[in-house]
Amino acid sequence: MKKAIGIALTLCLVTVLLSAESGRLRLATTTSTENSGLLAELIPPFEDRTGLKVDVIAVGTGKALALGENGDVDLVLVHARASEDAFVAAGHGVNRRDVMHNDFIVLGPSRDPAGVRDMGSAAEALKTIADHRVSFVSRGDDSGTHKKEKSLWIQAGLSPNGKWYKEVGQAMGAVITMSDDMQAYTLADRGTYLSMKSKIALQVMVEGDPELFNPYGVIAVNPAKHPHVNYDGAMRFIAWITSPEGQNMIGAFQTEGQVLFYPDALK
Amino acid sequence: MIDSLVQAGKLLFSGDREVYYITLTSLKFSLSSVTIAALFSLPLGFVLGFRKFRARKLVIAVLNTLMALPTVVVGLLVYSFLSRSGPLGGLGWLFRPQAVIVGQTILCFPIIASMVYSALSKIDLRLPETLITLGASQRQVFWMTLREARVAIISALLAGFGRVIGEVGVSMMLGGNIRWYTRTITTAIALETSKGEFELGLALGVILLVLAFLVNLTLHGMVRYER
Repeated sequence: MKKAIGIALTLCLVTVLLSAESGRLRLATTTSTENSGLLAELIPPFEDRTGLKVDVIAVGTGKALALGENGDVDLVLVHARASEDAFVAAGHGVNRRDVMHNDFIVLGPSRDPAGVRDMGSAAEALKTIADHRVSFVSRGDDSGTHKKEKSLWIQAGLSPNGKWYKEVGQAMGAVITMSDDMQAYTLADRGTYLSMKSKIALQVMVEGDPELFNPYGVIAVNPAKHPHVNYDGAMRFIAWITSPEGQNMIGAFQTEGQVLFYPDALK
Repeated sequence: MIDSLVQAGKLLFSGDREVYYITLTSLKFSLSSVTIAALFSLPLGFVLGFRKFRARKLVIAVLNTLMALPTVVVGLLVYSFLSRSGPLGGLGWLFRPQAVIVGQTILCFPIIASMVYSALSKIDLRLPETLITLGASQRQVFWMTLREARVAIISALLAGFGRVIGEVGVSMMLGGNIRWYTRTITTAIALETSKGEFELGLALGVILLVLAFLVNLTLHGMVRYER
């Protein structure tokens, strides 16, 4: 008995310590691409073709870029154009390509206490919510959605604070659930909203404002800065996700009969 | 609540490959880290229990303080060492099982050492003395005393196991919750919760409890078996 357990433990240690090091590609991405199930669809054909294993690390855009900057991942798939450009300009990443887009929406409780339903401008809607001091839940985590929300507040010409403005520092799904419980407004990406739609009572208040456009880009971590990165693998992934086949898969991907992302790489 | 119990049962018995994989990963990480931590903490507990030296009280106080270490702090600390921009970045361990095991080892080390020490300090001091008079070597004294305190030591190891099997901070920050690689029960629960799948999250929680129960049963069963 004792011996058997000893052997089991040793095996445990050995398999863990010797687990394959090579042939892995590390992709830092946002929770929206992972939680929607899109990557689970896109990655297996890539793995089959290249023999590479893709490790998906799903975090907010801010953290994903930080992981790239530190050289802890091989490429990033994120959504915050201004930060992406800064990332490339600073030499942390190379070969940025457009991949796809969807859009942000302002969600709110159906009784709409601030009266923002169907407003054409998201910034104006946020300003109205602030004026009425109705609860608004913010990601507060430097994610792509949070970056967009901050830029909308700047456009609205105010810096939100007060009890009505709740910075919770959590992922999109958790923020939608909290907003639903608190009958609060929030800014969300459409993909995550659609994947949770059946579980919540929040409704879409504002959509279609060009400011709410949400483009995703893929960037390889600069091998000149971090020689150890799997640059070859990263470029193969970029080639795959922007290929006609990869782009078709993105366009055909649906949750509950809804298209979540629109391919952008080939125009 | 009832729904999630039912779902836990379904998950366990439906033969879902991913659930088994996640459960096995959790078990692999915790058993590995408890084993490595035991290699260091048993001798330390022994020294603290039987040797009187000047810094002894200080070491014990430090150990007890470290028991309160938040998992995210350990995660952050190990991250800053293992990141490519950190001093041990060259190992390339981040977001691999090795990183999680390093973090979890640090987490459970103080608990095991401190529980072993307190168990040994309750052992009659005449035991090692008698053994030495009978001509036992240092090593023999060590093993005989450990044997004498085996129930308490198993409890210490299980407390260490309990600390790591249920933690999420280290696994999330250092493992990255990578599907089919470093996703554990706890990081899967965090993920399902963030997606609003509360029932599935709870079901995974039930599985974790069942797993911990089985490990406890096995180890305690082993001790009684040898008596």
